[in-house]
Amino acid sequence: MEILGLLANGLLVAVEPMNLGLILIGVTVGLFIGAMPGLGSVNGVAILLPITFLVPPGSAIIFLAAIYYGAMYGGAISSITLGIPGASTAVATTFDGRPLALQGRASLALVTAAIASFVGGTVSVLLFTGFAPALASVALSFGPPEIFALMLLAFATFVGLGGDDIPKTVLSICLGLVFAAVGFDEISGEPRLVFFDISGFMHGINFLVLAIGVYGIGEMLWTIDTTRGTITNSEAKMTVKGMTADAGECMRRGWKGMSVGSLLGFFVGVLPAAGATPASLMSYGVTKMMSRTPREFGKGHPGGVAAPEAANNSASTGSMLPMITLGIPGSPTTAILLGGMVIWGLTPGPRLFVDEPEFVWGLIGSFYVSNAAALVINLAFIPLFIWMLRMPFTILAPMIFVLSVVGGYAAVRDMHDIWLMLGFGIGAFFLRKFDYPLAPAVLAIVLGPIAEPTLRQSLLLSSGDPMIFLNRPVAGPITVIAFILILLPLFKVIFNKMRAGKQPA
Amino acid sequence: MRRGEIITAGILALLSIYMMVKSSELDIGYVRGTGPGGGAWPFWLSAIMLLCTVAIAYNWARRTSPPSQSTEPVLDREGRKMLIEVGGGIFVFIALINVISMYGAMGVFLFYYLWFLGRHTLTLSLVISLVSPIAFFFFFEGLMRITMPPGMSFTAPVFDLLYDIIY
Repeated sequence: MEILGLLANGLLVAVEPMNLGLILIGVTVGLFIGAMPGLGSVNGVAILLPITFLVPPGSAIIFLAAIYYGAMYGGAISSITLGIPGASTAVATTFDGRPLALQGRASLALVTAAIASFVGGTVSVLLFTGFAPALASVALSFGPPEIFALMLLAFATFVGLGGDDIPKTVLSICLGLVFAAVGFDEISGEPRLVFFDISGFMHGINFLVLAIGVYGIGEMLWTIDTTRGTITNSEAKMTVKGMTADAGECMRRGWKGMSVGSLLGFFVGVLPAAGATPASLMSYGVTKMMSRTPREFGKGHPGGVAAPEAANNSASTGSMLPMITLGIPGSPTTAILLGGMVIWGLTPGPRLFVDEPEFVWGLIGSFYVSNAAALVINLAFIPLFIWMLRMPFTILAPMIFVLSVVGGYAAVRDMHDIWLMLGFGIGAFFLRKFDYPLAPAVLAIVLGPIAEPTLRQSLLLSSGDPMIFLNRPVAGPITVIAFILILLPLFKVIFNKMRAGKQPA
Repeated sequence: MRRGEIITAGILALLSIYMMVKSSELDIGYVRGTGPGGGAWPFWLSAIMLLCTVAIAYNWARRTSPPSQSTEPVLDREGRKMLIEVGGGIFVFIALINVISMYGAMGVFLFYYLWFLGRHTLTLSLVISLVSPIAFFFFFEGLMRITMPPGMSFTAPVFDLLYDIIY
């Protein structure tokens, strides 16, 4: 009951006129920043941090949290309408959001993204309210073996139930993981995989370079090649009746993705150094794994939009949890928020709930209000996004190419990476012709920087004994499930052969 | 498509071998006291990639994958023309960035695509290719404080004019 009283006070703080105004501005600004390829919540929060010194700390964090929420909603917009991930957190949304838009069902994808984001945000806020201290301690008990086991599970979901050519899927995952290893070896500090000794590779390959190359340039070349330029404009339409029907379809076909995304997203978000991007990719994989129709994923399944969108919103709240309760940021954006809190004179950590209850509960209250505001603002802007899609393709296509190059440069600020992006785009175009799945490579380049250090730390802990992944109570079951999923295609082949052998000739 | 699939697998096999060689510049085994060497992770992943290319070649020989059964060309004449016109356009766009600035290159690319490839009217092509770079300039340089490549020194007067508006 005490929590409910504190929460009620927090909600009252959040709906104070100034705070409410800041929430509405923050969500709208975040929505558009998130929708811009190459820019994400981290850019919005970093750029607008100095402005917050003009208002009290409570209002300042509410404003920044609203930008964070808005950007999480906004990331899906360019993923769906243009096929370019608006932010790293929305890469997985491209897998099914873009095919839906190409089928003239952008409205369904956008409505699904908005509703799933709202559900993910709401579930995570409820979890945050009820279980903050307990979850923070569980997250802390996750060591390198547990985190590596989780990464293994994410890769396994793509291999086991992908339905694609298995060697090509495994190759795609390995390629992404090797690209993630380019740059410097974090432990010895020595340069590693600097291809042809080109210095541009020294800073590694930013995953956005691969993602924009594959989904921006590669996808557009593919569309132009397959349609031979016959597309004049998209058939996307939007009416109130249509949106209501879309909302119904979203709930019917996307509820499983929303449930998985909300819960898994929150927990992965809570883990230090994980964040919303791995959360959304893992949720996509697990939802596909749990679906009765996994082969429909990647071709325009609402569940493939609902899962990552619920997850990235849920994870964005989850990543605030270790920041507030322990002073450990769960993502780059929360690291900036943490810096802001220190500048405002607050000390994040367990005592924050005791010393600054109005601040903490005001922030939690603002999560509820931001979430509702983001849903309404996002739905209100959907007609604008649909209108964008109805532009003639010969105007939309060069705009997408321009956004890819500009967005790519904004994210990495290096011309070497822009050339690399073009190379990835052309490479992706040809690989797609030969049925190589490219989503696993994008997943791998995101998770690689988490997977490699946790593997090395785990093996160092066990003096090189790989049984560490099976002996531990949490890591063990996750690793076993991952191996079962990896071996599932083999089991399927044996089962099919046995069944064929039993049938009379 | 059939020949293209085996050529692609061959290129990926060569890439895997190259990455294995590059990875082995660092230790690829277990180093007592420091754990797996810096090259171990990429080396063994590249080795798995190489094995995958062998599996792809095996499937190709058995004609089990759809591309290995296809008699269609990877790119017909129209496809090659598209790749040269569109891909070449993006190549020139990126090459021009360090010469006439990001915004200048953007304008040239948009005009090329809209007028030459898209067959839009001269007025529409000109309006979009002039307004878009200016809008992008104010968004990135003014609002987001992200500086795009300004090109060679001869573009400075234009930028000075635009910066005067922002600051």
